Amino acid sequence: MSLDKATVARIAHLARIRTDDAQLDALVGDLNNILGFVEQLNEVNTDNVEPLASVTGHGLPMRKDEVTDGAYPERVLANAPERAHGYYAVPKVVE
Amino acid sequence: MSEAKSNLIQGATGDWEIVIGLEVHAQVISKSKLFSGAATAFGAEPNTQVSLVDSAMPGMLPVINEECVRQAVRTGLGLKAKINRFSVFDRKNYFYADLPQGYQISQYKQPIVGEGEIEIDLPDGSTKKVGIERLHLEQDAGKSIHDQSPSQSFIDLNRSGVALMEIVSRPDIRSAAEAAAYVKKLRSILRYLGSCDGNMQEGSMRADVNVSVRRPGEEFGTRCEIKNMNSIRFMQQAIEYEARRQIEIIEDGGAIDQETRLYDPNRGETRSMRSKEEAHDYRYFPDPDLLPLEFSEEFVEEEKARLPELPDAKKARFMSDWGLSAYDAAILVEEQETAAFYEKVAEGRDPKLAANWMITELFGNLNKAGLDLSESPVDEAKLGGLIDLIADNTISGRIAKDVFAEMFESGKDAATIVEEKGLRQVTDTGAIEELIDSVMASQAEKVAEYRSGKDKLFGFFVGQVMKQSQGKANPAMVNELLKKKLAG
Amino acid sequence: MSELLNLSLTEARDALKAKKITSVELTEAYIGAMEEGKGLNAFITETPEKAREMAKASDAKLAKGEGGAMEGLPIGMKDLFCTKGVLTTAASHILDGFKPEYESTVSQNLWDAGAVMLGKLNLDEFAMGSANITSYYGNVENPWRRSGGGNQKLVPGGSSGGSAAAVSGRLAIAATGTDTGGSIRQPASFCGIVGMKPTYGRCSRWGIVAFASSLDQAGPITRNVQDAALMLGAMAGHDPKDSTSANLAVPDFEAALTGDVRGMKIGIPKEYRMDGMPEEIDALWKRGAEMLKDAGAEIVDISLPHTKYALPTYYIIAPAEASSNLARYDGVRYGLREEGGSLIEMYENTRAAGFGDEVKRRVLIGTYVLSAGYYDAYYLKAQKVRALLKKDFDDAYGQVDAILTPTAPSAAFAIGENQDDPIKMYLNDVFTVPASLAGIPGISVPVGLSEDGLPLGLQLLGKPFDEETVLKVGHVLEQAAGFDAKPAFLAGSK
Ligand SMILES: [Mg+2]
Ligand SMILES: [Zn+2]
Repeated sequence: MSLDKATVARIAHLARIRTDDAQLDALVGDLNNILGFVEQLNEVNTDNVEPLASVTGHGLPMRKDEVTDGAYPERVLANAPERAHGYYAVPKVVE
Repeated sequence: MSEAKSNLIQGATGDWEIVIGLEVHAQVISKSKLFSGAATAFGAEPNTQVSLVDSAMPGMLPVINEECVRQAVRTGLGLKAKINRFSVFDRKNYFYADLPQGYQISQYKQPIVGEGEIEIDLPDGSTKKVGIERLHLEQDAGKSIHDQSPSQSFIDLNRSGVALMEIVSRPDIRSAAEAAAYVKKLRSILRYLGSCDGNMQEGSMRADVNVSVRRPGEEFGTRCEIKNMNSIRFMQQAIEYEARRQIEIIEDGGAIDQETRLYDPNRGETRSMRSKEEAHDYRYFPDPDLLPLEFSEEFVEEEKARLPELPDAKKARFMSDWGLSAYDAAILVEEQETAAFYEKVAEGRDPKLAANWMITELFGNLNKAGLDLSESPVDEAKLGGLIDLIADNTISGRIAKDVFAEMFESGKDAATIVEEKGLRQVTDTGAIEELIDSVMASQAEKVAEYRSGKDKLFGFFVGQVMKQSQGKANPAMVNELLKKKLAG
Repeated sequence: MSELLNLSLTEARDALKAKKITSVELTEAYIGAMEEGKGLNAFITETPEKAREMAKASDAKLAKGEGGAMEGLPIGMKDLFCTKGVLTTAASHILDGFKPEYESTVSQNLWDAGAVMLGKLNLDEFAMGSANITSYYGNVENPWRRSGGGNQKLVPGGSSGGSAAAVSGRLAIAATGTDTGGSIRQPASFCGIVGMKPTYGRCSRWGIVAFASSLDQAGPITRNVQDAALMLGAMAGHDPKDSTSANLAVPDFEAALTGDVRGMKIGIPKEYRMDGMPEEIDALWKRGAEMLKDAGAEIVDISLPHTKYALPTYYIIAPAEASSNLARYDGVRYGLREEGGSLIEMYENTRAAGFGDEVKRRVLIGTYVLSAGYYDAYYLKAQKVRALLKKDFDDAYGQVDAILTPTAPSAAFAIGENQDDPIKMYLNDVFTVPASLAGIPGISVPVGLSEDGLPLGLQLLGKPFDEETVLKVGHVLEQAAGFDAKPAFLAGSK
């Protein structure tokens, strides 16, 4: 598989990274290079192989249903680039 | 197939069938969030019920709440569904201001609950099975507030991370009324189970409605998804509107675009949601911060053993044990509290009478007063007491209505009202004969007419006697004695 | 001054306990060393005042005969660990000004054990790199120089390049690192020191800026194996806040260093002898095997048949996870925000300005391999090959107790070399990535010098949660190798 410029532009938009034309040209080369490299995996026979879910070897630990966290809006908002009336503020979203 | 036929919509070029599938998001009842220890209560100050996990601070990790897992399993059992003892949490990746992680932890290919079904109760007393495709656990997003500033949206993360069950139906629903019955029944089951409070105004239950139309018996058409319906009434309106819209487009030679739409209740129409028009590619993959969720058969069996009697079973029992009609039984079992109320009233009394009094008088009055059953001034004992007075002929059914109104008003019990107001039914033969004599004496002419063959006047005499007794005379006795006396 | 800087972590621990030195003295020596070593650009943030306070508190404890396993020992913290109230950057512009309201579990464990924080160490941006040349805060310089090669500046390896350079040049007595595909072991090899990646799940990931969640693991970077044993003990432990953390007791790792490897079986995987591998690396590997054999271990030829597919597997899985992990850097809640006319523009501008080229490349590759229609061909395929790679190790551990390999295919290279092609850079991790994918523990121990006089390390891999064997064999190898060469820059040596 090989990526063209339009696909890279679509992927960049999906990843929300603004890219100009020159950057797109460079990325097309780099990404195709990397994809070419990883496509070696096609040589490996993986019929009947279950994908690895985790290396930990233990099950999913669960916690009790207790309120143990939160109630510190100041800590939550402390690093916000912009805030107003206890909310995070962002450019207006039109639905 | 008369029922199916009645669901068809007439277009300009012939009949159309609506095909509806619902995705209901139900907030799990739990103290804390699905993957964090922050509280879930409704209506708190912005960003006060938010942990560092919910605000997706760098390096924060999810740890699952066991109660949410248990609730999902209970709900699956309540939907007669297959419980998957191995399920996987995936990340659904997309950018939105109220989605702090940039992904929602959800379940994609391997949900916790598989196929099940719901039996819905239709207004004519019939039932219909609607298939459940799956139920999965996922996180809620935060809330964006768009109307507080002209240039900005504000983000509150209190809901961020609250546990939701997404319950997906098969496209088995064929009308707005069936969709309403489905949501009502689902809500009823969830409330019985205690896994969701079903409060649609507060957003604890909301439905995404997939609507398409087709010629009866043909392939499914292209569907549109109406997002976030949190009122059954608006949902019905939206479905009706949307089906009409689609039929018009197709009949005019157009084609339906698969898209997400929003219902505007003020205009009574659906419109395309531009913000959702961005091509979505969610890039699901198993969340590496979590491991597959596994539990034992014993756990499932224990939960099964702990399930309460659910609406369908209760309805069947009400029909067989209490002899109720399907319609009455369905109404009485919708809420667990109502059913329990009913059984207390019905115990040792005429069960049909008890049902009638609850459905017509009690519900009618509660509705008018805007009260819940739990707030009713007439409790089980009081309603039972009233029915007892009817049964032992202390009062007539007609007087009982007045007594009920007084009970509802004052909260007093029926016997007290009957005593205080002297409403006890007159069953003394002598007293009734006296009333009849007095009526006959004052209406000699009418008596003569009657005796000369004008039978129709009998009702007039009954009315006069009842009036004289202020409604208290036993109507059966009045009939009987009047017949004798008029016969001479 | 230089006397103090000469002490290893465990030597300083003993001297503090014996009240031969104080933490304040030791810490002042390192604050001076940080000043002297500024040219290496090993630190992003220095916290000398905090260090002084912590040292004072440690001395008070030590005076009473109290204190934890790391009491009074001044260490550097890779700037991927969130530290409460202290700028945490992940070497990325996108975390501009971010001061966490929390402390990572591993750093908290270290402070609880009495360690003293000197500052936050430089790294590749979001730990993505093998040369520490992708940091927004500039390249880190390796304290070593090629013999007779002029004064060309060399890379320290990456991504824990600041940690490795600081420990090697003695700007810190030890440092934390994180290893996703070799980011502890490879820089340790490049800088002539010891770096250990424990088993996935041994150290909590809570509070570490995530790169690739199924691979990231914290570990110590130290001057010798005994130091690694001490520090790992302080870092490790079960954390209920990390669902992937192992609920296992932490052994006394230092006690495992018995020096006795007689009868142990050490595997030599034939697939690690790769085409084009420098002869000196192969020779070093053979020498290492000889040393272990002389110490009484049995050398066993083994096969890890899927080894060559480890790197391509890694370069699907790690970017895929990273593309999702880095989605939270959106300019809404912390860090950089570049304004835009709409929310989407704000996101796109912020992420364009905030991420460097290598991060962008990986986020885009990761986005692509997960996107509709490609998931099965790339991500799912990679997870299947990963299962085979893990099985290779499981099978091998049926025959051997530990595995010996080179750590990296070369010695440190010059800043600017290998930079024309991302793949060339990725090949640095060819020997370290398989263990990362399998989640098993590994250590890099300096064993010899290249023809250019640069340090070369060998890697020992062990069974899951058998760090004790890894440390024990590593310790024997270290003793046998007697590596005592010194870098060109060594704080306090002038
Ligand atoms: Mg949905
Ligand atoms: Zn959903």
